[in-house]
Amino acid sequence: MPSFVLYLIHTLFPHDVRRPTELGADFLIIMSGVIIVYYLTKQKKWRYLWDEWLTTVDHKKIGIMYLIAAIAMLFRGGVDALMLRTNLALPTTPVISASEYNEVFTTHGTIMIFFMAMPLIFALWNVAVPLMIGARDVAFPRLNAMSFWLFAFGALLLNISFVIGGSPNAGWTAYPPYTGVAFNPGPGENYFFLSLLIAGMGTTMTGINFLVTTLRMRAPGMTLMKMPMFVWTTLTTAALILFAFPPLTVALAMSLFDRLFGSSFFTLTHGGMPMMYVNLFWLFGHPEVYIVVLPAFGVFSEVVATYSRKALFGYSAMVLSVLAIMFLSYGTWVHHFFTMGAGPAVNAFFGLSTMLIAIPTGVKIFNWIFTMWGGRIQLTTAMLYQIAFIPTFVIGGATGILLATVPADYQLHNTYFLVAHFHNVLIGGVLFGLLSGTYYWWPKMFGHKLDERQGKWAFWLYFIGFWVTFGPQYLLGLEGMTRRMYTYPLGFGWHELNVISTVGAFIMGAGFVVMVYNVLYSLKYGERDLTGDPWDGRTLEWALPSPAPEYNFARIPVVTARDAWWDMKQKGQTLANSLSSHDISTLEMPKNTPVPFLLGLSFFVVGFGMTFEWWIIVAIGAIGVVASLLYSAFDYDEHKHINADVIRRTESALGRLQG
Amino acid sequence: MSVPVAKEEMEQHLPLEFADEKESIKITGFWMFLVTDVMIFGSLFSSYAVYRTSVAQGPSAYQLFSFGPVILETVLLLTSSFTIGLSIYSMRRQNKQATIAWLIVTLLLGAGFVISEVHDFVGYVAAGATWHQSAFLSAFFILVGTHGAHVTFGILWATTLLIQLIRRGFTPVTTRKLFTFSLYWHFLDIVWIFIFTFVYLNGKIV
Repeated sequence: MPSFVLYLIHTLFPHDVRRPTELGADFLIIMSGVIIVYYLTKQKKWRYLWDEWLTTVDHKKIGIMYLIAAIAMLFRGGVDALMLRTNLALPTTPVISASEYNEVFTTHGTIMIFFMAMPLIFALWNVAVPLMIGARDVAFPRLNAMSFWLFAFGALLLNISFVIGGSPNAGWTAYPPYTGVAFNPGPGENYFFLSLLIAGMGTTMTGINFLVTTLRMRAPGMTLMKMPMFVWTTLTTAALILFAFPPLTVALAMSLFDRLFGSSFFTLTHGGMPMMYVNLFWLFGHPEVYIVVLPAFGVFSEVVATYSRKALFGYSAMVLSVLAIMFLSYGTWVHHFFTMGAGPAVNAFFGLSTMLIAIPTGVKIFNWIFTMWGGRIQLTTAMLYQIAFIPTFVIGGATGILLATVPADYQLHNTYFLVAHFHNVLIGGVLFGLLSGTYYWWPKMFGHKLDERQGKWAFWLYFIGFWVTFGPQYLLGLEGMTRRMYTYPLGFGWHELNVISTVGAFIMGAGFVVMVYNVLYSLKYGERDLTGDPWDGRTLEWALPSPAPEYNFARIPVVTARDAWWDMKQKGQTLANSLSSHDISTLEMPKNTPVPFLLGLSFFVVGFGMTFEWWIIVAIGAIGVVASLLYSAFDYDEHKHINADVIRRTESALGRLQG
Repeated sequence: MSVPVAKEEMEQHLPLEFADEKESIKITGFWMFLVTDVMIFGSLFSSYAVYRTSVAQGPSAYQLFSFGPVILETVLLLTSSFTIGLSIYSMRRQNKQATIAWLIVTLLLGAGFVISEVHDFVGYVAAGATWHQSAFLSAFFILVGTHGAHVTFGILWATTLLIQLIRRGFTPVTTRKLFTFSLYWHFLDIVWIFIFTFVYLNGKIV
């Protein structure tokens, strides 16, 4: 065998990716790959896949692709979580080793935050925001596709790490000096930094895109204070992304340069300062918490109004509190490392600024409750998530206040109390919110409801599983169990609580299985949505048929009230009843393009090459990047026209055009 | 109140790139991109501020910098910011040849800046002041290097614009592209003023 083949095998498949779990995963990946390729070839679907999905710039399809990716990543992150929990239930006979445990908690955190929560948010933005504001697409449809493909290839790069070359193992925060090449050789951390850099570019572009979309693309009459609350949270979240992701990019790039090019930013020698990374990371990391939770708040504001059949209580106070959270979230980052020892004055400042955020958040909680007050509440799956969210998030928030108390934090720092706290807000707030939104907007995406009975089963499994998992972890934290330990001695009184916690994790796993079954079942048997307004909704997306036609609105509506569609229904209007044939004109719509896909692929090649420091591969990828950019610079053929007759036929077929 | 008429009237006085709704939205988007770039440089400046004295065994700012090339680079870049302004001024007066000529002058000045800076960097490295030496040098090279990379990218970008301008003349798309390029170029100029003040001047005083 030639020596370079041996070198390749040694580099790509070192010893720690040849363990039984990895070989099993290899087998599953290859098998499912073969099945997908066989299916696509047999059904002659390659052309369809390329034309309708891989090159699309339609925000509705991009939203669906984000959704599929997010659910796949929820599976991966969830399996990681079950592996961690299984180990902790069996402290005397660990099923995975310490080094494997490090890798698994690293990918669990990274995937859940960057590759599950973020895309699920972007899925809901893409699906709902342009429809809610009465627009035909986002501000920059091609950029939107680029964002998606950069995210998707970034996610792919991180996900292949555990079967090719080895996973990152320094936690989702990747603190130096442990990420330095002196302590952590091998490709794992390179994968981490590069995949987040690539996906982060996509996220930044999404932020720009949706900020401009909400600022400039609203239907006539929709002033800022008439925007649906979900659109307000989109605007503030996009602004947070703009200011939060650049410090992350800088921190990741510096770490990568330390590893690959010998710079001395975070090293222990040559004057490097690891704490500088920690500051830069949390300068991103704390706003990131609000980047993921504000969209969930937005979903709840829509869901609670719709299913209580009442306008949102205290709209202006809601807007003000979202803006207050946006500004305050930049002044709290040091509370992630009080134990750095910046001194009492600094710590007191950041402790207080953290507690201050509880005020606008509290305002929002009360407003949701008052919206339900006196309303005619329908207990749908989406509404159940909303109702479960309120007490869960209040408890998560209250334990956050405990952690913000500096002296207490010195005790609780990096214990399971912290782990329980952030899962409490991330699952009880973010995941519940995004799942609520998924059930709420599912008919708009696919034209059918998700089965409610199964949905409620999944909900109860998640909700009960959540508390069984994380309730005991608060106690474990108070008893001194620290995070990120793969085993522990018996006799500390930790074992029973850990077993309960693990049982809870498996209940949540069962919830996921039911949810996936729910999706598959409803594809075939779910109640079809023929009206476009299955929930008796309030905002403009429900004025359209489900799923909306490619151009969304045959004629852009004029908005006169806050809950625009509800107001129209009260006046006996629909989008269709004033629409006549000559109102419809030929529309200019963005045209499909392969450039975003190819750009993402090129960045993937660059990232893969850099991970293994194979510079020829990097050069090949870089040529692809430059070629993609040059091609789009000289491409003036960005638009296609949808003929007025085609639109008239479509609208007639939907029963929305008289005469 | 007839809002649409007022809007039309306004559009007649607007430059080409603002009169077209789609292109005008892209200009808004470019401003948002500049916000992210401000944050990138903000992070790099704050890192430099923290690392300024972490010279380890390497040279300090005072020992390393010399004013000659820095003054030259400053003059070149500030002048190029003026000439890109002249280019936009000519674009507004529909003078294609002057627009292109001033754009070419801008690019040449920018190229002069990059050449001088690369020459500087090569000199530092040859003298043993690599970024491995100290955190100060790491922070210096990444801050000034990121700015230099931006200028280099700008030159390549404007070269593609030049070809589009020659081929297509002034359309809403080409004028928007040139306008956003000028925003980018002025932005880099402002960043350089901060680099000149906080890195080079400050380094020489203390």
